Amino acid sequence: MTIRTPTRRVPFPGAPGRSAPDALVVAPGEVGVGRARGAPLRREGPAKLTGLAKYADDLVFPGAWYGATIRSTQAHARLDGLELDPGFDWSKVVIVTAADIPGENIVSLISDDQPVLVPQGGEIRHHAEPVALLAAADRETLRAARRRVTLRTTELPPVFDPLRSEQVFAHFDIRTGDVDAALAGADLVIEGTYRVGHQEQLYIENQAMIAVPREDGGVAVHGSLQCPYYIHKAMRRALRFDDRQAQVVQAETGGGFGGKEEYPSMIALHAALLALKCRRPVRMIYDRHEDIAATTKRHPAIVKYRSGVSRDGRLLGQDIEIVMDGGAYCTLSPVVLSRGTLHAGGPYRCENVRIQSRAVATNTPPNGAFRGFGAPQTEFAAEMQVDRIAEALGASPLELRRRWVYQLGDVTPTGQVLRESVAGEEVLARAAEASEFERLRERTAAAQNLRSAMGGRGPATASGIGLALAWHGAGFTGSGEVHLASVASVELTADGRITVLTASTEMGQGTKTIFPQLAATELGVAIEEVEMAPQDTALVPDSGPTVASRTAMVVGGLVIKACRRLREQVEARTGQPFAESYREDARLRGATRVDQRFEPYPGIEFDDATYRGDAYPAFGWAACVAEVDVDLDTGEVAVRNVVAADDVGRVIHPVLAEGQVEGGTLQAVGYATIEEIKVQDGRYLNDRLATYLIPTALDAPRITSILVEAPFSGAPHGAKGVGELPMDVGAPAVVAAIHDATGVWIHELPATPERILAALAAAGSDEPRAASA
Amino acid sequence: MPYEPPVESPMHLRDALAILASEGSRPIAGGTDVMVQITGELGPPPERMLDLWHLQELRGIALTGNTLSLGALTTYTEIRRSGRCREHAPALVEAAATIGAAQIQNRGTLGGNIANASPAGDTLPVLLAMDAEIVVGSLRGERSIPARAFWTGYRETALAPDELVLRVLLPTDPERRVRFRKVGTRRAQAISKVVMALSWRDGSSAGWQDVRLALGSVADRPIRAKETEAMLEGRLPTQATADRAAASIAAEIHPIDDVRSTAAYRRAVTARVLHRLIRDAGGW
Amino acid sequence: MSYRLLVNGDPVEIDVPGMRRLLDVLREDLGLTGTKEGCGEGECGACSVLLDGDVVDSCLVPICQADGHVIRTVEGLAPASGSGLPSETAASPQLDPLQAAFLETGGAQCGICTPGMLMAGQAFLASGADPTDEAIREAIAGNLCRCTGYTKIIEAIALAAARPSFDGVG
Repeated sequence: MTIRTPTRRVPFPGAPGRSAPDALVVAPGEVGVGRARGAPLRREGPAKLTGLAKYADDLVFPGAWYGATIRSTQAHARLDGLELDPGFDWSKVVIVTAADIPGENIVSLISDDQPVLVPQGGEIRHHAEPVALLAAADRETLRAARRRVTLRTTELPPVFDPLRSEQVFAHFDIRTGDVDAALAGADLVIEGTYRVGHQEQLYIENQAMIAVPREDGGVAVHGSLQCPYYIHKAMRRALRFDDRQAQVVQAETGGGFGGKEEYPSMIALHAALLALKCRRPVRMIYDRHEDIAATTKRHPAIVKYRSGVSRDGRLLGQDIEIVMDGGAYCTLSPVVLSRGTLHAGGPYRCENVRIQSRAVATNTPPNGAFRGFGAPQTEFAAEMQVDRIAEALGASPLELRRRWVYQLGDVTPTGQVLRESVAGEEVLARAAEASEFERLRERTAAAQNLRSAMGGRGPATASGIGLALAWHGAGFTGSGEVHLASVASVELTADGRITVLTASTEMGQGTKTIFPQLAATELGVAIEEVEMAPQDTALVPDSGPTVASRTAMVVGGLVIKACRRLREQVEARTGQPFAESYREDARLRGATRVDQRFEPYPGIEFDDATYRGDAYPAFGWAACVAEVDVDLDTGEVAVRNVVAADDVGRVIHPVLAEGQVEGGTLQAVGYATIEEIKVQDGRYLNDRLATYLIPTALDAPRITSILVEAPFSGAPHGAKGVGELPMDVGAPAVVAAIHDATGVWIHELPATPERILAALAAAGSDEPRAASA
Repeated sequence: MPYEPPVESPMHLRDALAILASEGSRPIAGGTDVMVQITGELGPPPERMLDLWHLQELRGIALTGNTLSLGALTTYTEIRRSGRCREHAPALVEAAATIGAAQIQNRGTLGGNIANASPAGDTLPVLLAMDAEIVVGSLRGERSIPARAFWTGYRETALAPDELVLRVLLPTDPERRVRFRKVGTRRAQAISKVVMALSWRDGSSAGWQDVRLALGSVADRPIRAKETEAMLEGRLPTQATADRAAASIAAEIHPIDDVRSTAAYRRAVTARVLHRLIRDAGGW
Repeated sequence: MSYRLLVNGDPVEIDVPGMRRLLDVLREDLGLTGTKEGCGEGECGACSVLLDGDVVDSCLVPICQADGHVIRTVEGLAPASGSGLPSETAASPQLDPLQAAFLETGGAQCGICTPGMLMAGQAFLASGADPTDEAIREAIAGNLCRCTGYTKIIEAIALAAARPSFDGVG
């Protein structure tokens, strides 16, 4: 059908790259700064609140075509060829296949196993794998063309069960002490197998990328992304570009949570390939269905755990086996598995530990980064074990954790001595106190006793309270930061402006607010005097990916050090405080730029080969208490209240930090209760927002966040990061609360009503009528 | 941007019925279901559309004698706000409040829920339990179809291709109790796993009279559970009654596994929710 | 077909297919990209706008059903921004009391749900309902947010409701 031109089309002035105004124009007094507790307001907040902020799909590039991806509908097959319906006018459409890729047909990441497009004769390894690309001037033509492409394939036998997979992406083996002897000598050995499924990041802005040809034969991509330089590298390799031909510009980004860490490289390459062939801009905007069906998820995992304890409650040994399902390609599985492995013992002192882990391939879409990055999976198992041990010993789950939690000077299974910044006991105490954990637990126990006494009769709902504790390594694992060698810069421009240049992206967490804040504090100027350079690889240095809760700690630290050097240089020249002299200095001497490269934290050493040493420069600590109501007729769970205590080293901005805790807590509550990808024959069944459900405001608990500060001396400001901490503790706390309410343990996430009712029936604690059902 | 089929937006019912009779267009009321279908992702999109939104004849809530009449275009928000509905059809108000959230309630219509014929339609068990009459019309004239005969199969109705749902007639009966319960995955914006409406007239010592038990999401269409209704007829809401009813309904229904839940869960929960409703009625 | 609407106070006449989604008319035909698309099926609420003052998902409203009606989008919230239709002279953004409350409390993080959330919040404030925690939660239950846990959004709406400057009839 033809779409007629509207009689009134309002010209759209938002030229690409034009940044939305970020100046605050709220009249004084309108905004009570007291509510932000003295911290600055979100830098790009006004633009977001007025609709002026430009996300990728809001950007207009005149003459742009629309791109689409032809994907496999099988989980495992050989691609024999593409069939184009000869009855269709293909002159209106541009088609890209693997044969059009000028460089290497790989999406550059850890392993070079994932193709940009499956080549003819190549192996399709998962459902929804990209096989070919189409572009057309309008959506109607594109839609028609998509229906006229058929894949010719030969089916191959798929592997869906990770326990049967013979292809291992990575494996780790961490041992300390003698586990077998410890378990043999234990009074009590508690065993458990815990399963967690896929979780979708579900950023509300779908993946989106627009590729624009450059005059030098390269391509600039504008998109929704976390890691500009990951994409930059992927473009250089697959498109054979030099540093300048590959240009990556971040548009305003509507959430990431890890989901926009690696997959945007794939989309950027697709859009760029089409743009090169069309010689015009191409928009690659995913709809929700494609986004859920094709992009990465949190790794499903199976964790087998055996813990030995003495009758008097000492933790003697932990024997842990982890299998993670990496999906069809390696993506980030080795590092996700690494973090999961290193956190699997939980934040507890134990002399005899064995952790064996592997990440394996299955014919399902590749799994990847998601807030927590392997740790939520294994720490769920660790916390379930502690609770079940407490139950077996008749001990308080709070008291047992208090006895076992790492203290200063304790040694982890990799041999890391915890020399500073250890706050497990404090977050535990703060969360327990604020939630009145012990008092409420007595009350729920009394209610359960009363219900038993009444033979199952009584109120339709039961209340419960649960607790969890976790640690989370701050920044990259092992020597990751040393290898990255990130750079952050600050520039005093010739016209007297102060600009912070980093590749760290803003996706809601507050990068664009805290970096000017840190810089302004260090330079002694007002925050309004500090600007942020746009996240454009043509302008900013590679300060590493925006992942691993490293932005505030690592890159923030580099920004401070760069500012310190800039201040010293200017003050040495002018003999006056920076704030009073920098404009004059710039006028007289022109621009001054300081590039600050990462320097290894003193005394932190890790051996990647043996997995011995300081796995992380420091750890953040998190405790969570959850209160739930369980409907005993239906198994429905309402998470009523959560108290979260998180040690972030130093709080830079209390409102933003609390925002991270609250948002992460709700993602964890979703993980615990309703979020579940259902997979059939390697395909996600619930690949729409009507079927993959996340919590609404009515499902969300009242969240109280307590920020604890145990600073890390390696960072100039002491900060350790906050983003991932709440993700590690929410699920085990909720499941413990469900147990407190119902008496049953749910070993598999999410703890759905289906699983809860089945567990109640199996435990025989079901109400009488079910026997007749 | 999805497919944009041609659409006509008549201002009068007779024009709409004429278009329907000659062109067989897909009607669209509040659009909360149909607009998802035009994305084409759930099957082929409709070829042409008939917009009902401007038909004033299909609007309004009226009480005539012992009959509450709701126009097909009555939105869930209008049901929730209507004093007449709150007084004479509180279970319908309760059902309307569980559908979607404000955005959906402001557009979604009772007629749309009926004609869309989803087995999970949240108001449909209430209409069954209240023994509603669904008045439909075409150029050939009007006829009234009892709710119990309206849904004839999976997303199939007794509507002829040239007929539209015009209004719903609910008998008001101060002696009749109607109880509603929806079990979904979350507390808003959720399609039901099980939805139940139970109604009866209090016969004091003679027990419950004229019992109706209606269910959604446990069959290919909204259903009445006739065997369990018969079992409940003339009984008092005692524990023995609840136990027998739970066993009866569990044996009577044959739900399936799907992306939202399992057959086993639906069966168990249907029995348990029914047990609970009887127990609440009995006050024990 | 030609359709007439009042968008943020401005009369608009537009000639597009009648089944075009109001969302697409706003974003693509009128250039009002403040309204976002998150799912295209009425689940996420990112595309929420006010239609005659009621909050609706603009992805579920065909333009033929908006003919002759009054539309308000995020661009039309702040009084000083006029129609909200982008123009070369668009000044720095002004904030209305609800937007200001979101800024203060930290109710916007990634910002993609924010325009829709503001419209749902606006409809709630205009209804004059008692701004209890539960009532606010119900009012925004059709708007998914993945960043905030809703805590600071609820706080923002309560704060705006408590402000004497709030002009609920908008």
